[in-house]
Amino acid sequence: MTSLDPILSIENLTVAYYLHGEWQDAVRDVSLQIHPGQVYGLVGESGSGKTTLAMAIMRYLGVTGVIRSGKIIFSGRDIAAVSQAEMREIWGAQISLVPQNPHSALNPSIRVGEQVAEILRIHLGMGQVAARQYTLELLHQVRLPDPKRVAESYPHQISGGMQQRVLIAMALSTKPQLLILDEPTTSLDVTTQAAILDLIRELIHGTTVLYVTHNLGVVAQICDRVAVMYAGELVEDAPLEELFNRPLHVYTQGLLESVPRLGETKLNARLKAIPGQIPSLGARPQGCVFMPRCWLADESCKERPSLFEFQPEHRTRCHHWQELIDVQAGAPRPTGVDLPHLPLQNIPSSGDETAPPVLTLQDLRVHYAISHTLGEFVQRKPARQVEAVDGVSLEIAAARTLGLVGESGSGKSSLARAVVGLVERTDGQVELLQASLPARLSQRDIETLRQLQMVFQDPEEALNPHQTVGSTLRRPLITLLGLSAREADSRIDQLLQAVKLPPEYKDRMPARLSGGEKQRVAIARAFASNPDLLIADEAVSSLDVSIQASIINLLNELQAGLGTTLLFISHDLGVVTYLSDSIAVVYLGRLMQIGPAGGLLEPPYHPYTEALIADIPIADPGARRAPIRLESETPSPLQKPTGCPFHTRCHRKIGVICQTQAPPWQETADGKRIYCHIPIEQLQAAQAPILKI
Amino acid sequence: MRRYLLRRSGFLLITLLFTSLVIFIVTQYLPGDVARVILGREAGEAAVQDLRAELGLDDPLPVQYFRWLGNFLQGDWGISYSTKSEIQPLVLSRLRNSLMLAMITLVISVPLAVTLGVIAGLNENKPVDNTISITSLSVVGLPEFITGLVLIQIFAFRLNLLPANSSIPPGSSFAEALPMLVLPALTATFVLLAYIARLTRAGVIEELKQTYVRTAELKGLPHHTVILKHVLRNALLPTITVVAISFGWLISGLIVIENVFNYPGLGRLLVFAIDRRDLPLIQAVTLVTVLAFALANLVADLLYAYFNPRIRYE
Repeated sequence: MTSLDPILSIENLTVAYYLHGEWQDAVRDVSLQIHPGQVYGLVGESGSGKTTLAMAIMRYLGVTGVIRSGKIIFSGRDIAAVSQAEMREIWGAQISLVPQNPHSALNPSIRVGEQVAEILRIHLGMGQVAARQYTLELLHQVRLPDPKRVAESYPHQISGGMQQRVLIAMALSTKPQLLILDEPTTSLDVTTQAAILDLIRELIHGTTVLYVTHNLGVVAQICDRVAVMYAGELVEDAPLEELFNRPLHVYTQGLLESVPRLGETKLNARLKAIPGQIPSLGARPQGCVFMPRCWLADESCKERPSLFEFQPEHRTRCHHWQELIDVQAGAPRPTGVDLPHLPLQNIPSSGDETAPPVLTLQDLRVHYAISHTLGEFVQRKPARQVEAVDGVSLEIAAARTLGLVGESGSGKSSLARAVVGLVERTDGQVELLQASLPARLSQRDIETLRQLQMVFQDPEEALNPHQTVGSTLRRPLITLLGLSAREADSRIDQLLQAVKLPPEYKDRMPARLSGGEKQRVAIARAFASNPDLLIADEAVSSLDVSIQASIINLLNELQAGLGTTLLFISHDLGVVTYLSDSIAVVYLGRLMQIGPAGGLLEPPYHPYTEALIADIPIADPGARRAPIRLESETPSPLQKPTGCPFHTRCHRKIGVICQTQAPPWQETADGKRIYCHIPIEQLQAAQAPILKI
Repeated sequence: MRRYLLRRSGFLLITLLFTSLVIFIVTQYLPGDVARVILGREAGEAAVQDLRAELGLDDPLPVQYFRWLGNFLQGDWGISYSTKSEIQPLVLSRLRNSLMLAMITLVISVPLAVTLGVIAGLNENKPVDNTISITSLSVVGLPEFITGLVLIQIFAFRLNLLPANSSIPPGSSFAEALPMLVLPALTATFVLLAYIARLTRAGVIEELKQTYVRTAELKGLPHHTVILKHVLRNALLPTITVVAISFGWLISGLIVIENVFNYPGLGRLLVFAIDRRDLPLIQAVTLVTVLAFALANLVADLLYAYFNPRIRYE
């Protein structure tokens, strides 16, 4: 075997699950090769089969999964055919996995150190003492402060970012020949994700890596070569830059276009959503799997395309790659097909600034009391509390969108819940259409409930599984609008039409809808009462990007048509800058910065905003940015820093004043307000534009 | 951990104080006048009044309660109305018997049930699992007096291995009592078996779905290490609680089994006391039972916390 031989070579692999009484292919006829030292990205949305493929490589498919045909040649032998016992010698020693969701991937009742040490004992033959010692060294290598303390902790005692570092230490401990990273940063905050990506990039040097993710931005930052999967098939496979610059599959191009690029807004670009939805496992089309959603599809696509080798390194499974090249070269997209790229809608570029705001928050506070322990109760200590929202003031003008950005623990959801009345605010004023909103939901009248509606993050949980779509939509029409049953029924059809669902959906149960369709129903329900203010709390976060784009477009259209005011909450800065007219950045329950959306991406910005922007993985391999890495992680809301809440992590901290005094609000010429001690001019001078737009 | 222990012990005291109050009040409202019960139907009204005064039954209830509780704590549990003897030695000797039976039962049933439950859970919906589940469930459906009698028929009469009558003489040592304990313990095991096994099975199945199991497997650990070290530690947590509750039941709830085998345990003593309206005896037995229950729960909580670090540090 020479060094040019691939470490891993997958040949015509088909993996199936036994579901509903029959075998269904989750991965079909996939071939790929990973060479030594390569960082190979495997990209796809949910249901693409990317995780199944990764698990098949590890031969860990559960009781229902089986490799039906094909080979997995790993360092010279076909591991599709080896025994379970032989796999145990490969697992952890030659192939290691860094899983998604570090929180659930560690055993909750075994100390972290032992969970690392057991690998060393079993694969490296170390004794108890040596393993313990080497564990500390490994924890140090993944930049964990105080490895000794971490080793003695249980998983729940350390943060998610630290847990992921532990898992990386585990996976790298045996210097495996192949490292599989399965969405290792997906459940982490942007700033933590950036730090973990740094660490991975540094530590994998020389290691052969398969990086599984849905995030094109992450791929662009870390991989050399990318394979795109769709509905169980490998549809395109190319070197990184080649794939981003010259996608040769309609799906790849669609994926790249459906994510808003930083700097794109609803005013200058409409998101190019891919129509339709990912077919379920049992309903995959014969022929080209992407045909039902493809704008280039024709008769020839009923025949399954072979993997065409455009260049020795660039393969695509598309009949129409030549037309794609023409389009990229500037040729007009063919007419006569139903293009997903509708012309730009007439979106109001500015709301009426003189009209009074629809929503006004004044010094809003939401504090959660933490119950006393018996000891504290006896000693009559004052109650401790989490100050989830700690004095936020803002307003939203009519028919405008305010984007609220923050990482986990920033209090953005508590803020939304306090406005809607799901939690009672502790203090402060909330005014809706100039009328003060009672803190308690039970004190609000029907009209207030009608005016204020919400769309939640997880469409799976937001709909009652035992009610048809129709009865879900009928409820607000009758109770909030006071329509008669007959009037309500005709409105239901209109609502479904507005969210682009066929009328027969009103008789369907939520279980028969896809995630994107459920979110459309949830949006229809929220719009049913014709609300003045709609709060969308991470409403697109759980959706695949191709679906996400269509939901964002839908929200835009509905808002433009109905003049609804929108409070859009998200951790995704790209989506927020695309959709919003103004943006507020929150950190540990406080506003850090607020202002017009256009100005957010240009200095001066609050140091926290600066870091957030710098840490977004950009889906462009050519993007070069000065990285800003924050120190440590977000402090526990129970131990909120004094002075400026951000000072413990701030890379621009100027001195004791940040620790002791609350910063002043400073305003720039273009109406941006920044909560920082550093004078605006100094910020302006120090900060380079992070992005070239 | 120490703080946790202190807190749980505090709760235990409060529980006991509260239940003692409930026991006291409830027994006050049992029908029949105590003095009348003691003296019998024929006694004159004057004699009854005298006895009431002597027993302190005319004092206000709070006074009576604290007197009773104070005496109880000092070891003066009073005189039984029906046997006219000291209550404490009687109850303590019965408690000892019940404890012996409970311990033997747990020693037999817990390892057996947990093993069966783990095997069933690891082989979910396979023939082994189905066999274990159906067998243990059909056994639990049988009333104790049936299983007890069948066991006596087989082991005492047919095989002549063990005694049919378990009326162990007072003061007999554990070794002497052991042969007589086996059949009642087996009978109780049949009741507990399915309960504990089902719960263990559910725990194992639940834990096997967790992602940390995949992490452990993909480390290349031997399968038995994954199961014994990673899975069971978490899967057996609910079982601990159920075993503790079963312990309380074994102490005081084995009335039928004790009757079938003529076993002198607390359960039969309580029935005896209630039959005769023997208030001090009822109070003493109930309070001891509650104490046993509460202690078993405390031990369960401590074990639970010991094996579950997420609880320990809260």
